[in-house]
Amino acid sequence: MAEVHLPTTLLPLFQKLPRCIEVEAATVNDAIAELDARWPGLRDRLVDAGPTIRPHINVYVDKERAQLDTTLRQGSRVDVIAAISGG
Amino acid sequence: MPQTIVLVATRKGLFVLESGDRKDWNLRGPYCESWPLYHAILDQESGTIYAAAGSEWHGSAVWRSSDLGETWEHSSEGLSYGDDSELKLNKISSLSAANGRLFVGAEACGIFESSDGGKTFSLLSTLDGQPGRDQWNDPANQPPGHLGISQTTQDPDDPDHFWAIVQGHSLFETNDGAKTWAPRNKGLRADWPLENPEVGYCVHCLCISPVEKTRMYQQNHVGMHRSDDAGLSWTEITEGLPTEFGFAAAAHPHDRDTFYVVPLDPGHGRTMPEGHAAVWRTQDGGSSWQRLDNGLPHEGAFLGVLRRGMTIDAEDRPGLYFGTSTGQVYASADEGESWREIAAYLPAISSVEVAVV
Repeated sequence: MAEVHLPTTLLPLFQKLPRCIEVEAATVNDAIAELDARWPGLRDRLVDAGPTIRPHINVYVDKERAQLDTTLRQGSRVDVIAAISGG
Repeated sequence: MPQTIVLVATRKGLFVLESGDRKDWNLRGPYCESWPLYHAILDQESGTIYAAAGSEWHGSAVWRSSDLGETWEHSSEGLSYGDDSELKLNKISSLSAANGRLFVGAEACGIFESSDGGKTFSLLSTLDGQPGRDQWNDPANQPPGHLGISQTTQDPDDPDHFWAIVQGHSLFETNDGAKTWAPRNKGLRADWPLENPEVGYCVHCLCISPVEKTRMYQQNHVGMHRSDDAGLSWTEITEGLPTEFGFAAAAHPHDRDTFYVVPLDPGHGRTMPEGHAAVWRTQDGGSSWQRLDNGLPHEGAFLGVLRRGMTIDAEDRPGLYFGTSTGQVYASADEGESWREIAAYLPAISSVEVAVV
């Protein structure tokens, strides 16, 4: 199990999407796929064509910058962060 | 009692103005989680509001509400050129709805379609084979903030017949559901060199007279133009206007010769000339123009109005509405003779559309 922490900007877009959720996944991509299966459309909000993580979304696995193919360990913490930007 | 609904798409979400008498207005919003919006429409056939949005964080999606804004859903399923395509969808910028079809104009240039009320989308056309197609998606050939397909306009009587504007490049028409297209720019002016005289024209806004479909108007980067043959040819009608430049335009619902524009300074400012707010009207197909400014600020009002920023309702005495880049909405219930500010202090306004429900 990995523990995924989602940005607050994502929560109002999907019914009952929690800020923090546990998923069974081998990679970041798998974790997002599992979330997408439960909340259809969620992948589009985090992943751009390529596929690649959207330009202003940052993903960290155990405090290290991650990509879609980054491996998750048992008990990994995944932080999905909306860039501090905008105005 | 019929309600007039004015949809105001802004840089920070959708706002809804509603009125039973077009005098007293109630403001609701912001909706769509305050995502930046490019365009919002109300599909009269289904009663659904659609909004084309682009979040800096979460990408592009079409928001939809079937209860006039009380509840919302969003989708981008199918709004993609695919992982392996040479094209990348950077934004969705324009919407149109008719004949049960929702069209979404995108950049890179493409038209997506939804036939299930905005739940899923499929690519309808990228205008392949048209002159300029190989160049217009190159960022080096695009102005800042390029919108791609900045407008689609559907023929309400023929689902296979519609028009599309490629921003900064051309107006195109299809009569066979986008299987084939043809440029419709004959007679337009270009103040820059053209490699191919068929294309290379900067069409800002296309309006078709609801009275007579062969009568069209367009606000162009260089001049106002009229067509009497459904866009096959164009005649310039700029003379009498304070500037040749503007974005927004509206065609009178009951008189084919009456048409409204918002002239702007053509330089970098692109605001109303000399800070004097005004809408201009022709009632003779562009032979003469009148300034309509009763109730609008006459000095210090450097207002900008974007290409979908003005609209007109279809009441017996039509009402006009425009929204500004500085967040004001002005309305006229008497065909532009007098104006009132019905909202202020909104975020920058991208589009204003109206419907009576």
